Amino acid sequence: MDFGLNEEQEILKKTAHNFLTKECPTSFVKETIKDEKGYSPELWQKMAELGWMGLIFPEQYGGMEGSFLDLAILLEEMGNVCLPGPFFSTVILGGLPILKGGSDKQKEDFLPSIVEGKSIITLAITEPCAKYTPNGIEVRATKSDKGYILEGTKLFVPDAHIANHIIVVARTTEGTGADGITLFIVDSKTTGISCSPLLTIAGDKQFEVVFDKVSVSKDNILGAIDNGWSVIEAIWPKVIVAKCAEMVGGAQKSLEMTVNYAKERKQFGRPIGALQAVQHYCADMVSDVDACRYITYMAAWTISKELPAIKEASMAKAWCSDAFKRVTANGQQVHGAIGFTEEHDLHLYYKNAKSWELLFGDRDVHCEIVAEQMGL
Amino acid sequence: MDFSLTDEQNKLRQEVRDFLDQKLKSGAFQITSNGWIESFSQDFSREMSRKGWIGMTWPKEFGGQEGTYLDRAILMEEMLRYQAPIGYHFLSDRQVGPAIIHFGSKDQKETILPKIINAEVSFALGFSEPDAGSDLVSVRTSATEEGDHYIINGQKVWTTGAHRADYIWTLVRTDPNAAKKHKGLSEFIIDLKSPGVTVRPIINMAGVHSFNEVFFDNVKVPKENMVGEKNRGFYQIMAQMDYERAGLERLMQNYPLFEYLVEYVKKEKRNGEPMCKDPKVRNTLAQLEIEYQIGRLFCYQVAWTLTQGRLPNYEAALCKAYCTQFEKRLSDAATRILGLYGQLMPGSKWAPFQGDAASSYLWSVSYTLQGGTVEVLKNIIAMRGLGLPLG
Repeated sequence: MDFGLNEEQEILKKTAHNFLTKECPTSFVKETIKDEKGYSPELWQKMAELGWMGLIFPEQYGGMEGSFLDLAILLEEMGNVCLPGPFFSTVILGGLPILKGGSDKQKEDFLPSIVEGKSIITLAITEPCAKYTPNGIEVRATKSDKGYILEGTKLFVPDAHIANHIIVVARTTEGTGADGITLFIVDSKTTGISCSPLLTIAGDKQFEVVFDKVSVSKDNILGAIDNGWSVIEAIWPKVIVAKCAEMVGGAQKSLEMTVNYAKERKQFGRPIGALQAVQHYCADMVSDVDACRYITYMAAWTISKELPAIKEASMAKAWCSDAFKRVTANGQQVHGAIGFTEEHDLHLYYKNAKSWELLFGDRDVHCEIVAEQMGL
Repeated sequence: MDFSLTDEQNKLRQEVRDFLDQKLKSGAFQITSNGWIESFSQDFSREMSRKGWIGMTWPKEFGGQEGTYLDRAILMEEMLRYQAPIGYHFLSDRQVGPAIIHFGSKDQKETILPKIINAEVSFALGFSEPDAGSDLVSVRTSATEEGDHYIINGQKVWTTGAHRADYIWTLVRTDPNAAKKHKGLSEFIIDLKSPGVTVRPIINMAGVHSFNEVFFDNVKVPKENMVGEKNRGFYQIMAQMDYERAGLERLMQNYPLFEYLVEYVKKEKRNGEPMCKDPKVRNTLAQLEIEYQIGRLFCYQVAWTLTQGRLPNYEAALCKAYCTQFEKRLSDAATRILGLYGQLMPGSKWAPFQGDAASSYLWSVSYTLQGGTVEVLKNIIAMRGLGLPLG
């Protein structure tokens, strides 16, 4: 057993922390989430130059071939500063399915351009019924002369407005199960695709994406026809744990902000951090943050070792969903009214905690998976 | 990072399991919550001793195995999973021995450590007093020098197992005039058979005689029974606390109840359906599983830190605060899942799992109090871990 990071990981963590603290201050975050684009192309390029987009992709595509654990460390630092932009969409939701299910040509076409920061990709999986399960996939892909016609509405699609390509999870054969689902990599400029922005609690960019008789070729299929869900299933623990890693970073920062505030803020002639009521909030917060960290890194390690990680991933997401929310709520209570303002930074974390709780399933969703894994 | 165990560590775990399986089959003990501390068997402890499982982390020169704290965590995890009867040596192994190794005299090391390792003596811990609970520095039991002896007068309370142990390890006041209260305390080993010692049972609300009041009326204790430096007792205790706080015994006192519940809901039917199909039951047990796994990671993190030769900072206090609260939630969830059966006490007709749920629910009150209340632990986390000012 070893709860520590190795030397390279320490360097990665430190480099990422220093870079993001400088390049992504909260003033930048606040501006960016109010901006329509929701990211900075300049910063995006700098991140690509650091090799971040290629961190877990194989060297043959220009990547660094790091482990999933390395990626988790990087994501933790991104969550720590509330980095806005399409990193998660492009690398996790876009890149991982291509790496898993793509043909050699598709990997050649997309992965190097992701690594170089030239391509933004997202995944359109959820629909108005808002489920991450096969029975939530109703968008149809009907066979045509030239290939397939996509028809239907995807909802909560992140970063669709800036994505060059969208991976669409669609039904090629009638039914409600996993069989009959196919993935398509679609150019976002294809005729018939229209995006409408949603106003989200955290200010991240999510869209309704309507497919109105969108014609795509057979070459756009990612993985096997009717067997696209297996790709989603294979990458899903990574998606979930990647989100948890961001939550660890966000929770850590919320704790630090709160403890610092408790040391500075004076009431009754002394720092409020000397009050046991406040101390106990803070102690509860550390407990939650450390728990988030260990359960998330255990899952990330399990994935890195290519061991089955369904249970570990769901344990992490179930816990982090509640705990990050609790940490930010306790943080708000300690901060008092100032935390409730836009001027202060805490709201960024409070909002991310809620947003990320709901993304990819909350505690109840993941407890059900854990129950299954326990043989119940 | 690495969350796996080495082949050797896995081998150790298997060896412990095989041993316990065999003991269980032979009827040497029964799996019930709190059995690890309430079941007191010198014979069983002697067998543990022969295996090298007492004093596992101690230096070889004192008869130990020089195993790591991770080895000990693995050993303890299995002992607790089975609730093996290790009450005879548990406190000596965890706490008394290490304290003697750190602070004891050459003579104490030579005479007492082998006896602990060979399961020849059993210790109780005498810290709390009626007016010194969380505020331990207020202990009043006094030790007055008189020739080659100290004379002890006063009272200890909540002393687990004092009615079964041979010795009591105490914190007493040697300097009543010290400017600061914590600078007048010393540690003593006192023979419980000494004239003037009276042990009076306290029956806890689970109906069990586990702890006691211990009275000292002019008890003569040889000077060589003082451990470490005079008036440094409080510092010595604080230095030892991190070793004792984060053991798996804080997570697994009622662990068998959890395994029982998971099997119970698979078999039991409500409205014609197995209980495990009920979404609420599934959710409750999954949440407990997650919380248990986190507690386990906390315990192993501390064991790993100690194995690295470093002392945990706030982590031991955090671990204990978290884990004991889990134990409490577990016992409450168990009684609710069992419904009306959840109220049946040990010995009752119809009691599921020997009445463990109801009994554990009562015991669980003590879990978040013993060895530092959750609130005191949170103060430690806040002040030592986060650097918040003294309250």
